[in-house]
Amino acid sequence: MVSNNNFQPEQSLPELTPDLFAKADSLDVQDNEKITAPSLSFMQDSWRRLKKNKVAMVSMVLLIIITLLSIFAPVIAPHSPNAQIIEHANLPPKIPGLDISGLNGTVNQNGIRLDKYEQTGVESDVYYYLGTDSLGRDLLSRILYGTRVSLFIAFVAALLNLIIGVTYGLLSGWIGGKTDNVMQRILEILSGVPNLVIVILMLLVFDPGIMSIIIALALTEWISMARIVRAQTLKLKNQEYVLAAKTLGQSSLSIAFKHIMPNLLGIIIIQVMFSIPSAIFFEAFLSFIGIGIPAPDASLGTLINDGYKTFRFLPHLMWYPSAVMSIIMISFNLLADGLRDSFDPKLRD
Amino acid sequence: MKSYTKYLGKRVLYMILTLFLIASITFFLMKLLPGTPYSNQDKLSEEQIFIMNEKYGLNEPIIVQYGIYLLGLVTGDLGTSFQFNNTPVAELLSSRIAPSAQIGIQAVVVGTILGIVLGVISAMKQGTWVDTTATLTAILGRSIPNFVFAVLLQLIFGVWLGWFPIALWSGFASSILPSIALAISPLADSARFMRTEMVDVLSSDYVELAKAKGLSKWEVAFKHGIRNALIPLVTLLGPMAVALMTGSMVVENIFAIPGIGEQFVKSILTNDYPTIMGVTMLYSLLLVSVILLVDVLYGIIDPRIRVATEGGE
Repeated sequence: MVSNNNFQPEQSLPELTPDLFAKADSLDVQDNEKITAPSLSFMQDSWRRLKKNKVAMVSMVLLIIITLLSIFAPVIAPHSPNAQIIEHANLPPKIPGLDISGLNGTVNQNGIRLDKYEQTGVESDVYYYLGTDSLGRDLLSRILYGTRVSLFIAFVAALLNLIIGVTYGLLSGWIGGKTDNVMQRILEILSGVPNLVIVILMLLVFDPGIMSIIIALALTEWISMARIVRAQTLKLKNQEYVLAAKTLGQSSLSIAFKHIMPNLLGIIIIQVMFSIPSAIFFEAFLSFIGIGIPAPDASLGTLINDGYKTFRFLPHLMWYPSAVMSIIMISFNLLADGLRDSFDPKLRD
Repeated sequence: MKSYTKYLGKRVLYMILTLFLIASITFFLMKLLPGTPYSNQDKLSEEQIFIMNEKYGLNEPIIVQYGIYLLGLVTGDLGTSFQFNNTPVAELLSSRIAPSAQIGIQAVVVGTILGIVLGVISAMKQGTWVDTTATLTAILGRSIPNFVFAVLLQLIFGVWLGWFPIALWSGFASSILPSIALAISPLADSARFMRTEMVDVLSSDYVELAKAKGLSKWEVAFKHGIRNALIPLVTLLGPMAVALMTGSMVVENIFAIPGIGEQFVKSILTNDYPTIMGVTMLYSLLLVSVILLVDVLYGIIDPRIRVATEGGE
């Protein structure tokens, strides 16, 4: 409280009244002393740096759009992905209002452009934006649903791989000693097993389908996650703040999850981001060699495989799903690269 | 040196354990499979099936079959193919190793060398358009699925331009396109790896010293940079071997090359279990050997790692 009791107005000074003064808030005073920028948490800081990386941000936006499109595939898809209209088979792409060869429903036959839609007697108000396959199914709808399947498999496999890998690595590194030794020897043996072989064997034994592919991928992909998490845990375990927490009597388990885990977050996120495109690729690979998702459902991989069979005559059936898949893979890789850079403490400015 | 021999012995032991584990997993998974090996069982009488089972040792208890199978593996007997004219699996596979090995080795050598060049250039020219182009190439190589790439190559250079055979195996010319298709993944991986390593090495103290001594930029890069950056590249061999296996299955199929990968896919699609098990063991042996080789090489190349410590890495 500022008091003006002893103040004697002598000259022409303006009169001081109590309402000219404000209470000095203790926090305000401290703030005046502060010369640093607001302190950012690790995540905020990384996010700030990621935002500066235009390539990564564009990839992220693209991925969000693609993910949303695939989630809402049932609403967006112009046709049913599995409805077969034999009369509409093998139609080229036709987009309303676009009169560019290749996208207006015409094909080049012996040097003459023929309107395939007219030829096969398709009503003039029916459009297949990306054409149809040999069973008359709309390619655009199939790609939307296929992306949905591919992304679903990749996300769930990455999630399972995250849960198994992080738990295993954290326990192994945190408990240490004999347990760690045994767990590491198990990992060492498992890492010699080619994933490819195990996945293929599992798909032969179990019925092929989305679930068995997810399980096979999750069972084989967690090893590198476990290794990275363990190595990092070993490093973090001897930090002062862990010692402080121990001294304060926190239980071992709560230290592991409350103090070690948040510090592993960056590495875990990067690892997950890299595991998603590899899962997408692996699923596509399995579909391509013919042991993927059974018909009539399709993933991007099965679509590419189907398209490959006729690609000399109907190249669009292969190129469109391939393009979508490539865009997804490129975006994931670029975003993961960006995340790795933004999480790297060495680059912090 | 004594500790190194001990370390090596331990590694070999793990290698054998891994192979044993894989052999057991494949064996029991195969026994879990539904159905019988006979495609026309309805026409066979009980006696005929009994005789056939007796011939192939299928009447023995599972555990005895398991023992026979393991013993066969050690002596190189992989059983008999169900589908391909009763050929012994070992014979079936050995005739197919050459094409696979040829395109595989060509791909790794060409891909890695190009990748190293690309990585070094992009590290030396950091932040310029050269760097951007090289990085972009590496990312495209990593992202575009190899089957898409293989089909593109086949279409452009085989069908349109007609420079190389479109498919089938007739000597070196027909190994070029598949090798390029397979080389993309080692190229992208090693370029990326090399760039990171070079950037790291170029900012180290001894490189600063070399620069201070007055060596030119490229002299420094060749005398100090590349040598040190190359060491960790050895660790990429393991993942490369895996990528080659998956890659060869796809590429050999697209180019119709009579290799192991093509045989494997064919066997998977026709439920030819003995061949599937044979290829599984072959791939596992290859991968485990590569991992061992990497560990051994790494210890030899980089003296700092020679002391293998227990637990830590």
